[in-house]
Amino acid sequence: MSFLLQVINGLQVGSIYALVALGYNMVYGIVQLINFAHGDIIMVGAYGAYVVLVLCGLPVWVAVLASIALCVIAGVGIEKVAYSRLRNHNAPRISLLITAIGVSIFLQNLFQLIFGSAGIPFPSMFQVAPINLGGLNISFVTILTIVVTVLLMIALQLLVGKTKIGKAMRAVSEDADAAKLMGINTNSTVAFTFGLGSGLAAVGSVLYSNAYPMITPFMGSMLGLKAFVAAVLGGIGSIPGAMLGGFIMGIVESLTKGYISTQLADAVVFGILIVVLLVKPSGLLGRNATEKV
Amino acid sequence: MALLETRDLGITFGGLQALQHLDLSLEPREIVGLIGPNGAGKTTVFNLLTSVYPPTTGSITLDGVSIVGKKTYQITQLGIARTFQNIRLFKDISVIDNVKIAMNAQMRYPTLAGILRLPSYRREEQEVHSRAMELLGIFSLEEFAQSKAKNLPYGKQRKLEMARALAANPKVLLLDEPAAGMNPTETQELMETISLIHRTFDIAILLIEHDMSFVMGICQRLVVLDYGKVIARGTPEEIQKNPAVIAAYLGGDEE
Amino acid sequence: MKKKLISYAVNLLLTAGIYTVFALLIQGGVINRYYEGLLINIGINIILAVSLNLVTGFLGQLVLGHAGFMSVGAYAAALVTLNSGLPEAAAFPLALLAGMLAAAIVGFLIGIPALRMKGDYLAIITLGFGEIIRVIVLALDFTGGARGLRGIPSLADFTWVYVLMAVTVYVIFTLIRSRQGRAIISIREDEIAAEAAGIHTTYYKMLAFVLAAALAGLAGGLYAHHIGILTPAKFDFNYSVEILIMVVLGGMGSITGSVVAAIILTILPEALRSFADYRMVLYSVVLIIMMLFKPSGLLGEFEFSLASIGRKLRARFFGGAVSRKED
Repeated sequence: MSFLLQVINGLQVGSIYALVALGYNMVYGIVQLINFAHGDIIMVGAYGAYVVLVLCGLPVWVAVLASIALCVIAGVGIEKVAYSRLRNHNAPRISLLITAIGVSIFLQNLFQLIFGSAGIPFPSMFQVAPINLGGLNISFVTILTIVVTVLLMIALQLLVGKTKIGKAMRAVSEDADAAKLMGINTNSTVAFTFGLGSGLAAVGSVLYSNAYPMITPFMGSMLGLKAFVAAVLGGIGSIPGAMLGGFIMGIVESLTKGYISTQLADAVVFGILIVVLLVKPSGLLGRNATEKV
Repeated sequence: MALLETRDLGITFGGLQALQHLDLSLEPREIVGLIGPNGAGKTTVFNLLTSVYPPTTGSITLDGVSIVGKKTYQITQLGIARTFQNIRLFKDISVIDNVKIAMNAQMRYPTLAGILRLPSYRREEQEVHSRAMELLGIFSLEEFAQSKAKNLPYGKQRKLEMARALAANPKVLLLDEPAAGMNPTETQELMETISLIHRTFDIAILLIEHDMSFVMGICQRLVVLDYGKVIARGTPEEIQKNPAVIAAYLGGDEE
Repeated sequence: MKKKLISYAVNLLLTAGIYTVFALLIQGGVINRYYEGLLINIGINIILAVSLNLVTGFLGQLVLGHAGFMSVGAYAAALVTLNSGLPEAAAFPLALLAGMLAAAIVGFLIGIPALRMKGDYLAIITLGFGEIIRVIVLALDFTGGARGLRGIPSLADFTWVYVLMAVTVYVIFTLIRSRQGRAIISIREDEIAAEAAGIHTTYYKMLAFVLAAALAGLAGGLYAHHIGILTPAKFDFNYSVEILIMVVLGGMGSITGSVVAAIILTILPEALRSFADYRMVLYSVVLIIMMLFKPSGLLGEFEFSLASIGRKLRARFFGGAVSRKED
């Protein structure tokens, strides 16, 4: 039974990885940049929810919406202030990466200055009794996390596949210059992608803070890294891939913690990354990309 | 025996047959033109010959030895050097270093000899320097030896890319649209330069080009591709009269 | 040829001259222990910045785990000194070599998967590696875990650090002016074109990567034998970023820039104690602004050269154009 519980725990944390992985996934797909600051967006979302919920004493739904709004603004703002200029000047990729690192460190240390480096306890948002499923007591947050993630994945798949903006996103990620010639506003499409990814990260952030109720300015960096590994594992550019990668990562991590060693769980995660890159760099569901010569 | 030969060469990109059943041979000292409308698969041939992609079918031999599965740099060292359709120079370094980099495989001194500046370092560097200057001289680039490659005017960048390819001491030179973006005077000059390299370096040249007068003036033989298949081969005169070629060009290409 | 010999001699004399001045000041007590420690830290940071510049500035690959390689070298070197049973004077050089070797081996192992990938993956793998090293060091027994490794004899004095720093700068400087250096730079410029020019790109990437890792390991060995105590927390992601900032600020591709930036960024936090809280915020802002407005860094590709200063002075005092001749 405890094995099953570990797997369910893994699915819960894996769902959060999947939500965050999507942000890396979509941004990488559209501008070929590993947005290092994406993990820190989660942290921003968590502090945002905390401020609204605890310091302002507003209801849960306001806190969730505020957190999403804050993350979307932060995500789009980062793209506009830090990346767009470099993208439009065709700066070398390393400049973009270094800028992304800079943004990440900036956010972490700014929040440390404001809130201090010690962790802040995060209040439980959903006080619902555990649900009994076939003899297993599963917490409400766990079920909520998994259900919300699956629903968001389906919605996102529909958005990218069926809507006009989704078509624009696919066009820009295929060939930004051609998309521009076809009259697509690439800058606003890219901004939309950043906003969408950040919004999903905010949902992940709220769910994560309920599962692990202690927020710190540095909580996003490891979470973000793991989510990135999930994105690579599932295949950069694939929405189902992000979900699959997230679930696998979550379960592997949960089982490692349960049966091997808590300390080594992080090392195992990077072990997975290295194996994937060696064996199938395009990921489980990704497609092979060849550079045009 | 042909110097470079492909048999049944083909590649498929995600269901699309970009090239199929290509039999191509290049004799020593021959200049062959590869022509065809846009998207016919010409650059794909170059990418297969230099192992940028692995072929889906067929064989490639150089001097009778298969080169399929070799890495790009190994193929260059074996004797196939190329230029790119959209110039790929080492932009931020000097013109002469662009050439010296392609001579690296012919240099022998180990890393430590370079760091300690042992006699072998000095000797080989001096030798490479004079060879590189000589090569730049052929393309009238010696006065630009120390300027950054990106500061050269367009026509000279094309020349530098050719000089860099030649620096690798190839047996076969692949030129991908060498006259693209050039005005008639520059094109004329380029034809003279290519004839000059052909005479000086004793090599075979396979070139992709759109400019028909250019191809007609310089190539001994032409191979015409359309939709990844050979639709004609022969001397320039024969090709000019070939109805299939005329149809392909009138039907497909506006250039 | 003769001119070159003179320029070598002048550079050597200058390097020795700076050393002599500082060594005398230390001997005479003008420079106290605190400032000697600062000088040693500067030397160590110069080794780190210059070696990182090799991969980031010249090879064009972003490495975010330089402190990780440093920690491998530091622990390996310290463990050799503590456990070899040799007299300290004999153990120390051996320990430094062991540190370099350990970091080089780890660099090689990390490089196998990482260097096959595009630059972004290298960044993330080295970042992950830096964190894993920390976790592993914490989990292991013989590294002292979170308590750290204590009682490492203070053998890395100013002389050791200065000499090894000078050697590092010399090695990187001459390396990038050799055929291997040109090959490394060609990869930064255009990897596909480099392959097409016959460059075995994987080999040269590995060469630069492993050499940089080894030099970071050397810096780690010196650090261990200067501070005397090692804790995993020292070698965190922030330290890797600090080294990266030295490289970016000084100019990717300028060794002189890395040296100058390492000096400034080592002194600055010491000079401004109250600055500590804002340091990382400021660093990150500097990083972003540099990338946005002056990506070439403060010194671009400029290299300090006595020969060119000499030329300028001659031109000023004797007039007329002095021709510039490159080798």
